[in-house]
Formats: sequence, structure tokens, C-alpha cells
Amino acid sequence: MIPPPSTVRAATEWLSARARWHPLEIVFWLAAFAAIYLLPDSHLILTEIAWLGLFALSLDLILGYAGIISLGHAAFFGFGSYTAALLAKYEIINEPVLALLASGFAAMALGFVTSFLVLRGSDLTRLMVTLGVALLLRELANRFGWLTGGADGLQGVTIQPVLGAFRFDMFGHTGYTYCLTVLFVLFLIARRLVNSPFGLSLLSVKGNPLRSSAIGISVDARLVAIYTVAAGYAGIAGALLAQTTAFASLEVFSFDRSADLLLVLIIGGAGYLYGGLIGAIIFKFMQDYLSALTPQYWPFWIGLVLVVIVLVGRDRITSWTAPFRRIAARLDWRASARRVAASSSESH
Amino acid sequence: MLTILFDGIAYGMLLFVLASGLAVTLGLMNFVNLAHGAFAMAGGYVTVVLVNRLGVPFLASLPLAFLVSATLGIILERTLYVHVYKKPHLDQVLFTIGLVFMSVAAVDYVMGSSQVFARIPSILQGQFVVFGIGVGRYRLLIIVICGLLTVGLQFILSATRFGSRLRAAVDDQRVASGLGINVNRVFALTFAFGSGLAGLGGALGVEILGLDPTFPLKFMIYFLIVVTVGGTSSITGPFLASLLLGIGDVAGKYYVPTLGSFVIYTIMIVVLIWRPQGLFSRAASR
Repeated sequence: MIPPPSTVRAATEWLSARARWHPLEIVFWLAAFAAIYLLPDSHLILTEIAWLGLFALSLDLILGYAGIISLGHAAFFGFGSYTAALLAKYEIINEPVLALLASGFAAMALGFVTSFLVLRGSDLTRLMVTLGVALLLRELANRFGWLTGGADGLQGVTIQPVLGAFRFDMFGHTGYTYCLTVLFVLFLIARRLVNSPFGLSLLSVKGNPLRSSAIGISVDARLVAIYTVAAGYAGIAGALLAQTTAFASLEVFSFDRSADLLLVLIIGGAGYLYGGLIGAIIFKFMQDYLSALTPQYWPFWIGLVLVVIVLVGRDRITSWTAPFRRIAARLDWRASARRVAASSSESH
Repeated sequence: MLTILFDGIAYGMLLFVLASGLAVTLGLMNFVNLAHGAFAMAGGYVTVVLVNRLGVPFLASLPLAFLVSATLGIILERTLYVHVYKKPHLDQVLFTIGLVFMSVAAVDYVMGSSQVFARIPSILQGQFVVFGIGVGRYRLLIIVICGLLTVGLQFILSATRFGSRLRAAVDDQRVASGLGINVNRVFALTFAFGSGLAGLGGALGVEILGLDPTFPLKFMIYFLIVVTVGGTSSITGPFLASLLLGIGDVAGKYYVPTLGSFVIYTIMIVVLIWRPQGLFSRAASR
């Protein structure tokens, strides 16, 4: 059955209204790019924020939009990281951007294969399976020491200049510009993705898989698709880490990394694209501050933050952004213009 | 060959005692408690401190380890866990991971980050040979204690008033409390008992598993394997699963040491894909 044209038009309008750029978003990205020139001293930590933000964005795609709990998202991060480092070390692909794409596709392939493992079962089974995959990869990387360097990590990696022109420096100037650009491009793609009908269908699957399949959404195919895409994002985040530090170690697969990532996303708030980015900013500065305070014991404070967040309630934690969002809604002149137009047309 | 089997059984029994508390909280109360290992670690450190610093006999320190962990369990259950029972799984995961991180850092701060050992009496050291099987005395002790505990647990669950209350509370909380069962108290006691068992297992395991502040993280996956592979509808499922895991792990490390824990993880994933409800469970109970 073909829906009447008026319904189609309404749906299209609704979708494009959802996808419209908000002024604050523009401010956010302008600030991020302005930091290239304005904050040259903090480029190292900003680089870390950029790849961590991308990694959290990737988890948000599957947790916030598709409702899959993962305790092993570091599997894809680590896979991408090792791929990028190996490509550079054995001079298979010298150009970093191409190597980045290759690492992303490699992680996507892994994500596609393992996505079938998370289709079935309850939250607990998914937790176990994702955790198991990450542990398995860590074990593999440890065993194939001749290739990966084993427990010592992969050393002696030299990263060639980006596009053959921009050399990585020790202050992270090139690194930050590079990571931020990659993050921005991938963010645009993710934004397009979640505001498309596909993104909406994901939200419906998260809400109720059974009903979604009843209205004709093929639940499994959607989950496989988003899991694969998210794996690619995580792989690229890992590759960025490997390229900016010229190093890869077993630590990229560790459980702590997956757990920290959950915290990053929860601080920022899951289910909207900026959650991961904001979470990454807060998390990195918090980590920086706490580890300067107590170098060895800062996981204690991370744990405390997690416990407090849950006890207070996640929704209440992220509601600190609510007043800002209200102000933001006022700021959006196009939205208010629309409202005026709508109310005047109703009065006729 | 039979010695490996024997060691594997001892290891499996130990895992069962460590994980049986988790089987109850996770399986029966449907609460994802990743911090279970922290209680085991607490028990282990209690034993180490008592035996090495205060000169308490090793065997006498075991019940104390149980008591301390159980007390810790009931305090945390009443103050913190009780708020999280009704929350979604994601919250439970975050909450318990937070507890794990806190316990790891706190123990590191108090006890130092290096591995510790407890002095066990000489009568428990060494092994003797029966019918060509090398029997480690300490491992025999573990098998005896854990075997008794298993029988006791099965008895409590199936034949006592408390056991039937627990099963009722798990099957349907609302109806159970309607029948006058104090569900909260049943859960609190169960939680405390499970934590105590973990503490006892941790104390027994100092010698075999090793003990350092990262213990809860290192063995979390093992406990989870026992519970998920064993299925959560009974106590025999996790028991068989831990025996399998114990024997598989010891044999795997002996025969194919290059593969390490690879075999265990692969088997776990395959089993979970094949039977998401666990190997030994009847059809899904909920």
C-alpha cells in the first residue's frame, strides 16, 4: 500500500526539521576548530579528547540509538589500533588517511562478523559475548607476539606525514587538526545516519523489537548494520590513537577501556550525538585533574563517579543540560518562526 | 592424567564456591553484579592479614573470612544495592563496575599492589599418592569443604523453609510478599550469604588463584562464565559448569599452554550462541 502524498510530505518535513542545524551546534564546532589556533598549548589533551569523543560516539550509536549494551567495545578500538600500527610499521600503506580508512574497514569487517553474536539473547548474554570477544582479541594479540610485539606493545612504528605534507609533531598540533577533521567528517555522517528513516527505525527497535518487526522493520538487519558502522567508527578512533602516538599495546583491548568508555558516554548522556563528545571533554579534564592529584589511585574516583551517577539517577544527571537546552530552543530563530507560522495557520 | 583431573576438580569446586553467590544474585534476583569478585577479594585479604600478621591458624581464619565478607555484603546491600535492584541492566552494570574500580584502588592503597600469600600449615602442604594419583593435600581440603558446601546449599534451597521462601520470592516477588514473606529480608540474607561464600572462596583460593588488588577484574569473567554457561534456574547447573570450566582450564593450560585462556573464551561464546539460557537450564524460566 502506498501512503497518501500528504502523509509522505508531512513525514519528510518532520525528518528534515529534526535534521536542521541548531545554532549551538555551529558554535560547538567553531569553538573546536578555533582551538587549533587559540589553544596551541593544550593540543595533546585535545587530541585525546577528539579520538575519545569519536570512540564514545561509536558506542552511542549502538547503546543510545539501538539499545545494545556492550562491555567489549574496546575490541574494535584495539583492532583498528593494531591495524593502523601494523600498516605503518611494515610500510604496507604509508599515507595515514588511507591507512585510517583501511583500519576502519577492517574493524567494520570484524564488527559485521561479530554482530551476529549480539543479535540473540538477553542483556546479560550480550554483555558476556562482547566482553568475551574483546578478551579473545587481547589473548590473540598477546599470543602472536612475533607480529604484535606481545605484552611489550608494538614498537618502532613511524607514521608518515598526513597527505604527504603535514608531519606529526610532539606537541600534537598536526595530531589535533587531523583528529578533529576526522571526527567532524564522521560526525556529519553519523548525524545524517541517525536523522534518516533508518535512524528512526533504530530508535523504534530500541523501544520495542517485537512491535518494530510487526510494523515491517527487519530488526536483525538494522542491528547488524548499526553494529557494523559503530565498529568501523571505533576502529577509526583506535587507529587515530595509534597514529598520533605511533604505538599500540595490549592495553587498547582492556576491560578498563570499555568500562571507562561507558562512563564517558553516561556523563555526556546517551542517545544524542553530542553526549559522547561532551562526555569526552569532561572525562579527560577530570582524569587529568585526578591523576595529577593521586597518580596511582584515580580509578577510585572514577568508580565513585559511576556509583554516584547511578544512585542519583542517570536521567537526573543529564538533566543539568535541560536549562541550556531550553535556552537553546529559544535561540533557534527558525524554530520559533515555524511555531508562529503554525499557530497563525491554525487560527485561520 | 588423573592428577590433572583431580586438580581440575579442585579448581572447579573452588570456582563454584566463589561464583555460587553470583548465581543467586544474578540468576535468581536478576541483578547483574559485576562486583562479586570484590567480596571474594575481601575474604582473601582477611585471611592473609589474620594468618600472616596476627598469627591466627589458617583453618580458623576461614570462617572469619566468611563472616567479614558476609557483613560487608549485608551493609552494602542495605545501603547501596537495594536502590539499584529495580533499575535497568545498564545502570546495574555501571554501578557495580564503579564498585569494582573503587575496591581495586582502595585495596591497592591499603595493602599495596603486589601479590600476597597466606602461610598455610605444613600439614596441608605437599601431596601423597593414592592408586597412582598425586593428591595435593590442600586441594583435597578444598574438594572436601566445597563438596560439603554444595550439598548444604542444595539442601537449604530445596528442603528448608528459607529455601522455599527464596524460591517463592524469586518466582514472583509480588505474590510472595502478598503471602507474608518479607522479600527484602530474604534477598538481603541471600546476598549476605552469597558474599560470605565468595569471601570463603577467596580465602581458600589465595593459595591457588593468587591474590592481588586486580583480583575482581581478573576473575570477573570466570564467575560470569560459570553463571551464564551453567544457566541460572538451579544450583546444579553452575556446579557442573564450574567443574567443566575448572577441568577445561587446568587441562588446557597443561596440554596446550600456548593457547592460554583462548579455549575457554571460545567455548563460552559458542555455548552462549548455541544456548543463550545456559547449558544446563530447562526452558527459559522468565
